[in-house]
Parts: sequence; C-alpha cells; structure tokens
Amino acid sequence: MSDLRTIIIDGREIEADPNLTVIQACEQAGIEIPRFCYHERLSIAGNCRMCLVEPVGAPKPAASCHLMVRDLRGGRNGEPPEVRTNSPMVKKAREGVMEFLLINHPLDCPICDQGGECDLQDQAMAYGVDFSRYREPKRAVEDLHLGPLVETHMTRCISCTRCVRFITEVAGVSELGQIGRGEDAEITNYLGEILKSEMQGNIVDLCPVGALTNKPYSFSARPWELTKTQTIDAMDALGANIRVDTRGRAVMRVLPRNHDGVNEEWIADRTRHVADGLARQRLDKPYIRENGKLRPASWAEALELAAERIGAAGDKVAGLAGDLVSVEAVHALKSLLAGLGSARHECRQDGAQLPAGNRSAYVGTARIEDLDGATHFMLIGTNPRIEAPVLNARIRKAWLAGAKVGLVGPAVDLTYDYHHYGDDRAALASLESAKVEDVLDKPTVVIVGQGALTGADGAAVLARAMAFAERSNSKFLVLHTAAARVGAMDLGFVHEGGIAGALDGAEVVLNLGADETEIAAGPFVIYQGHHGDRGAHRADVILPGAAYTEQSGLYVNTEGRVQMAMRAGFPPGEAKEDWAILRALSGRLGSALPFDSLDQLRSQLFEAHPHLAELDTIAEAEWQPLPAGELGAGALASTVADHYLVNPVLRASPLMAELSRLAAERAARPLAAE
Amino acid sequence: MSLRRLHHEQPESFAFTPANAEWAERQIAKYPEGRQASAVIPLLWRAQEQEGWISRPIVETVARMLGMAEIRVLEVATFYFMFQLRPVGSVAHVQICGTTPCMLCGSEALVEVCKSRIAAKPHTLSADGKFSWEEVECLGACSNAPMAQIGKDYYEDLDAASFGKLLDAFARGEVPRPGSAKGRFASEPVSGLTSLDVPKVHESNGSVTLATEIGDTVKRIDGTEPTASDLALGRSAGAAEAAPQPEGPAPGEEPAPVAADGEPDRPETPATEAETIGRPEGTDLAEEAGAEPVETGDAAPAPAAAEPAEPVAPSDEDKPELLADARDGGPDDLQKIKGIGPKLESLLHRLGVYHFDQIASWSDREIAWVDYHLEGFNGRILRDDWVAQAKALTADKGDS
Repeated sequence: MSDLRTIIIDGREIEADPNLTVIQACEQAGIEIPRFCYHERLSIAGNCRMCLVEPVGAPKPAASCHLMVRDLRGGRNGEPPEVRTNSPMVKKAREGVMEFLLINHPLDCPICDQGGECDLQDQAMAYGVDFSRYREPKRAVEDLHLGPLVETHMTRCISCTRCVRFITEVAGVSELGQIGRGEDAEITNYLGEILKSEMQGNIVDLCPVGALTNKPYSFSARPWELTKTQTIDAMDALGANIRVDTRGRAVMRVLPRNHDGVNEEWIADRTRHVADGLARQRLDKPYIRENGKLRPASWAEALELAAERIGAAGDKVAGLAGDLVSVEAVHALKSLLAGLGSARHECRQDGAQLPAGNRSAYVGTARIEDLDGATHFMLIGTNPRIEAPVLNARIRKAWLAGAKVGLVGPAVDLTYDYHHYGDDRAALASLESAKVEDVLDKPTVVIVGQGALTGADGAAVLARAMAFAERSNSKFLVLHTAAARVGAMDLGFVHEGGIAGALDGAEVVLNLGADETEIAAGPFVIYQGHHGDRGAHRADVILPGAAYTEQSGLYVNTEGRVQMAMRAGFPPGEAKEDWAILRALSGRLGSALPFDSLDQLRSQLFEAHPHLAELDTIAEAEWQPLPAGELGAGALASTVADHYLVNPVLRASPLMAELSRLAAERAARPLAAE
Repeated sequence: MSLRRLHHEQPESFAFTPANAEWAERQIAKYPEGRQASAVIPLLWRAQEQEGWISRPIVETVARMLGMAEIRVLEVATFYFMFQLRPVGSVAHVQICGTTPCMLCGSEALVEVCKSRIAAKPHTLSADGKFSWEEVECLGACSNAPMAQIGKDYYEDLDAASFGKLLDAFARGEVPRPGSAKGRFASEPVSGLTSLDVPKVHESNGSVTLATEIGDTVKRIDGTEPTASDLALGRSAGAAEAAPQPEGPAPGEEPAPVAADGEPDRPETPATEAETIGRPEGTDLAEEAGAEPVETGDAAPAPAAAEPAEPVAPSDEDKPELLADARDGGPDDLQKIKGIGPKLESLLHRLGVYHFDQIASWSDREIAWVDYHLEGFNGRILRDDWVAQAKALTADKGDS
C-alpha cells in the first residue's frame, strides 16, 4: 500500500492507508478509541457509538469504526484532514453515549462474573461521568437458555451484536439474532434453540459486558485472583495459543490468546472448557497390578518393578507415544529405548500412514496463514469442522472472501458450500483428470485429513493427494488430529508396520499416554500418563505423569510450527513431569539418560533436531513426492467420531459428555431446525 | 408500542395459496442468485395479506423458501411495525393514525371509539373476533386528518360518529366507500376549491376508485385478484360495467377476477408481467394507469383505469375541424401561445391543428376531444386558456 494519506490525529501528523477506518488509523498511531461493538475480526456494525471522534470541519462527531480515512475531508487550502479524539466535543459525546448505555444496564457489577474484566466497567471509569440523569425504571430482559456453555444475563446486554456477528460470520451458523426494535430490541436465539457451534464459547470473550458469561466457570473466581499462564493448547493439532487461568493448582478456565498465524483469537469449546476434565480421573499416585487388580504403590516400588521387567525383556521393549505428550517426553522415551537397543517405537495411534522423514508428506508445505488468501481448497478425507473447528473457521473466512472449496469424503455440514467430488477413493482418483489449468497461478491449498491415511492404502492416498497438489501447484497441508503427532514424527518415533509392527514380539510396552489404541494381552504394560483412561486400564504399572498444563513442553502443530507450552500448575498428588519419570526409570535401569534437567534435555534435543529450537517458526519442508501406489476402495471418512471426546482429558469431563450427548441428539433428529 | 414478539398461540401450519406461491416464486426470481433473502419483506407481506398476521409457521416457511436462517426472518418480522404478530380481526384491522396532525384534529376520539367498540387494548380481538385495532404513526394523510387505515384503504376526515358508522358497516359485512367522509375528492379545502376550479373529470380519486372497483379493501389476498394492469389493459367498456361491486368482505371466498377476459392477454403485454410481479397496493393504481401510455391510434381507445366511472373517450362527433395540412402561407407559430412548446406544437400538427383561428373556434366539447388526444398534456388547454390566447393572436394577425 504505497498510496498513503496524511491525516492529522490530535495534532499529530500520521500516514495512513486510505482504506483503513479511522479507528484503525488511530490504533496504528497508538491512540486509544473506546469501543464496544467494533471488533477487528467481525463485520462493522457501528451501533454502540462509543467510538465517536470529531472530524474537524464536520458539524457532528462521527463513528470512527466506519469512517474511512479516504472519506475524511481536508481543509479548504489543501491542509490534510484532521481528526480529534480528545476534544470537548468528543468528550461530551463519549459521556453521553456512556450515560445512554448505562440507562438500562443493571449495574450489578458486584454479582457479575464479568466484574474486573468488563469493557463497560473500564470504559465507564475512563470515559463516563459519575452520575446519571435517568430516574425511570430500567428495563429487564428474560435470560436465554443457550446450552451448557454460555450463561446469559440479558438485562446486562448493551446490544453491541458482537455475538450475533461472530456466530453468523465466523462460526457460520445463524443461531443468534436481534429481534424487536427500540427499547424492546433483544439478542436472542431462535425460539429456545440452544447453540450448536463448536466454538460458541468465543462469544463469552467477545461480549463486552456480563450478558454472556462462561457457564461452567460462573461464580467460581474473580479475574484478579487467578494466575495467568500463557501456553499452548493440546486438544487438537492446531496448537491454539491459550491462557490458562489457575487458582492454586486448579485450572479455572482457559482463554484464547491472539496469534494471527494459528488461531487468530478464537478457540474451540473443547479447548476452553477443559477445566473439569483436567480435574477428574487423574492418576495421582503410582499403581501396581497385583492379582489382576491395581493397587496404590510408592514411586520406588513402581519404578523398581518397571525396571525389573524392562531389564528382563532386554531389547524386546516397545514404546508408544500418545496424542498429548510433549516432544521432550517423546525424546526421553526414544533415548531410553535406544539405550536398551530397541527401535520399537510408534506414535501413529490412528494408523495413519505418515511417511517417516518426509516432512513435506506428514506436515505439508502450507501454513495456516496461507488459508486466508487462498482461492481454492481441496479437502481430502477430512472434516475440519470437527477435527479443528478454528481452522475450519479460517477456511470459511476464505470462502466468504470468494474461495471455492472441494471435498473428497462424506458430505457433511462444514458451515460453507463446497463442491462434493464424492465419498470415496474413486473420487480421489477422479481428481487426476480434474481441470487445474485455471488455478495454477492462484494460491490454492490441498488439505488431507487423517481419515484419508488410515486405510491399508494410506500411503497411496497420500501420494495421490500430493500428486494432485503438485499438479495444481497448490500448497499442501496434512491436518492432524493429535497435538503430539507432528513432534513425534519429527523425532522419527515410528516403526515399520505401525503399532502392530512395534508391538510384535514386545515383552514390555512403555505406554506414554497412548489411550486410543488397544494393547493385546501378553506384554507387560507400563503406562505413564495423567488420566485413568483406556491405557491405564490395561496397565500393569502406572506411573502418574503431568498433563499439558502441568509441565513445560514443546508441541509442533499441524503446520509444523514449534510452540512451547508452559506449566500453569503442578500435577496432582505424587504425579511428576514426564521427562523426570523417564529419567528416573532410566536411572533404575542402570543406564541413566544423559540429562538431569529439562534444559539439558532440550539442549540435546535441539542438537539432534535444530528446527525445534526455533520457537514459533515453521521449518521449510523440502517437497518429496511419494511413490504412487494402488488405491483401495471405500469412503475417506474422518477419524474423529466424536468431536468432544477425542482424548482422555475430554473423556474425563462431564461437560464434554453433555455436549457430546446433545450433539448426538441433534444428529439423531433428522430435521434439526434447518 | 407493543412488545413485538411472536404470539403465544400459533397455528399448526402455513402454506401460500397456489396463486400466491407462484407470485412468491416470481418475487424470488427477481433477485440474482445468492440474494434471494432480499425477497423476505415481500413474502412476509404477502403472507400477512393472506393470513392477516405473521405466525411462526409463516416465519419458518419463508425462511425455508429463501434459504435463510429462521432467526433472520424473525428479526425482520419483529422489526417492522407493518407486520402484525398477533391475530387480527377476521373482518378488519383498524389502524388509527395518532401522529400530531391527526391527534390535533381528533384522532383521540377515534381511539376512544376503538376502545369502546372493539377492545380496551390495541392488538386485541373484539369479542366477536371481527375487529382489532392499533394506533399507528403518521400515515401521511395529514390534510385529511383524522384518519384510519382499514385493510388497504384510507378512511379520512373522520369523527367519532362517522367512524362508528364505518365500523357498523364493516360489521354488517359491507365495504364502505373509502376516502373522505366529508365528500372531499382528495385533500382540497373542505369548503371547496378556491383555484384551479375545473370541471371534475373523475368521480373519485384513484385509491377510492380502486377500492370500489375491486372491492378488496379488507379481503385476504390469495393471489387470484386482478392486478392494476389487468384492469387497465384487459378491460373493455363493457367489462367495466360488469365489474363486481363491493359486496362486503368475504375472507376465504374466491373473489371473481374482474378482468377474467383479459387474463389470457397478459403474457403478450410486456408491461403486465412487471406490474403483476411488483403488485402494488391497490392505491397505486391511479398513478400507474396515469403513467401508462394510452393507445390513441385505436378506434376505441381504452380508458385509463383510474377513470372508469367516466365515459372518458369523447366521441368523434366532438372532433373539431382539422386540416390535413397547413393552409397556404404555412402554419401559424403555435408556440406563441403561452404553454405550447415544440413538443405540443408537433402533437397539434399531427392532430391537424395548424392555425390560431382553428384553436380560437373550439367549443367546450371540442376542447375535451382535443384534450383527450393530447397525450401526456391533458388539461393544458384549459389551464393556459389557449382559446382566449388564440383569439387574441388571430385578432393580431388580422390587424397586421
């Protein structure tokens, strides 16, 4: 944008892109404009009037959120246009707007969950006056039932319509609206329908007042008594940037952080409402199976038994890595196995045939940011709406901007229109003859889901998809469903023949949080994890580990971006961090791993895999096409059966069970209010 | 202002009548692909015309027809006051204008009548279910205040007594003549015209004529009604007489199409389609007919629909003396007459008028004939008094 315009804001001359709005130009100039309805990621409504500024020469103040810089008029003698944000006119306008907004606002801040982090509270303090001339009765509005996640206190609503715009534009389901007019205007859902979106929780963040609040968290804490930790989410492979708010050890709530390259500022509900899952079903002490029953044991006992069995097995020890583990834990496990002379390790629990060592094939070349400007998408064997809702919202954003989407896989509601090529591998094969000449010089993205890769012919499907991406000159993205997968793939934590291959002939299995796979009877299983789930049921020894909010660890997301999760609280009871458990076990085995701290572990890790040291960057993957193979038959369905129950943390959450039940009920109802 | 929410009691289902459904399809087709939601207000309005009020099944039907989310349709329905969200009287829903001019002229008395005769509260059905009422914002008939809109028609210059009679008539099943209760044509002074006092060409104004012609003032619209252009184009002089006189409201009854004969011709007239689609409220008829070119070449020109009560087309007996060409010495400069420009002059030449003395000799009936044929300039002859001007000019010419 070379075509800049000079404008004067509060006496300061700045250069601004004429296509910006005045509020954006002010933001660039570092001048704060109060606002309620304006949100940079939503359409402009212009109905709160809080952002009024004074364009010099205009008779009235103007709403800066939809006043374009190019529409500002300069002075008579060619002076640049001038805007004032601190003039008496603006001050009076803001005070007036505040007074109006507070007319019907109940001012029940002491009992409001938004208290302490409320835009209305803050701005009333900063820009309002300390009195009101309003003496008449205030209006009251009945609360809505929006489902188990969003609690409503509609009397507090100031009708900014951010929630309506988010649900309609970003989430892509028109479930909220503003009905009535004037004083009777009211935000509502359609006649008592509950919200169905997988990312509805974001409307709680968007709400500038306490009208929409976090239902599971309601009345449980005040913002100023929480410890905030900036970390990374592990509920899906997107690696959303989150802030975990804890009080003491307990995670109270999860909020999104802004990261334009990953999650913008949205997170999915299963990321946000994970708190009760992190508190339940925890493994807080070691267990040993005796006579078919697990009994609590001390760390010394458990490690002794584990070391004894491993020692007896020689190199017939297999290691499995689960979906939530950090790169460090996988590295420690791999080193431990290597010390035993074993290379039986595997991370691909769903059986996806991701080729080891070929980063272009198990990560791809596209960045999540690339989705924004793309004009064409091809989704193969994936349902991004349930695999990564925030990423799906991004595809929707591109679709709203005019992008075309094609889908190979079962037809599902993705919140946007797409061309359905077919369910199965035949449709994938037909892409070979699809016309791509028109899109060769356009930004296009091919996204392959794990569902496409789990069959016996997974490698062939992947090869086809890559060939199509190459032929259509598209960027390529493998959409993972597990937060740990790419990191483990980067370490080469794979084995010929997948899990079956790794377990074949193993006498002892070191199971590092792999709960999505069955281990057949036979081998002695040492389970290291944080939730009493499927893995723990099969275990002979349980070593309690820490969850992703309880230890620092690296995660590589689906686009290959390395991000570091931080410890927000300590693990419960006697549970320890994963790397420390493996280090202690190796000590018992008599071949101690060569690190005594996480830092030492990391420096060794970075030596072996330098790209992991580059936080928040994506290593370039060299394009290596796969050899073509024979396609089998059958549909390319997503591997995610139940969006809300994909991992042990979510399965431990009663709230997720409720959401899952509601979703299943909706699916069973044939014509769900469509 | 009442709380605009859906009524607590809702009908089971809703469906457009086949004719209205077809009409709705045409509405939807007016918008480009992907913009079908633009038809939401016409469709809701037609549904209300059919049913009387907007119910939940209507909202859902319209949402389905337009591929919109139901909440979006509900937003529209609850926003606009023109949409009734509660059951309305089976015969009439009375809308009393309560804005300042009407209030000053006595609309409060009308509201009192509503309160005593219909229901104590607005938007409530009367005991017999026939009526409901509400007070509305300005309906734009301020010079005929106070007034009430009943169905599609304006009843103006009311007072408590005349309004009461109006309600009586409706209750008996009649459709009273809309328009001024004081006999005014439109909004001219009550004491009579003080200027432009020309002979009345029409019996009543356009909207009144329409109401008396079609008689659908409080009828539910089921799509089979004749449209304005049906009336304007399809009707011959005989058909006009055969037009059904208003026989009271008959909700649910098939109204006899006035221009049944004219129906088959409709597709041939390009204008018809457009007007059928954009079916205006009846009151627009006069305007439309006025704007419509009348075929002057026809031996029996069709009268404009707004003037049906009048034998408008003057017979050729009244034709003044016309010339095939100017006499020797060329035509007079007709533009010397104030009010005649190049356009009118050429029109007059086409008719066969070239000289001042021709104009000077016109009788009243001849003026009416010429006036009728001066398409688009009707009334100019009298307005600018061409005859007197022409006489003066003839005299001047004689002098020189």
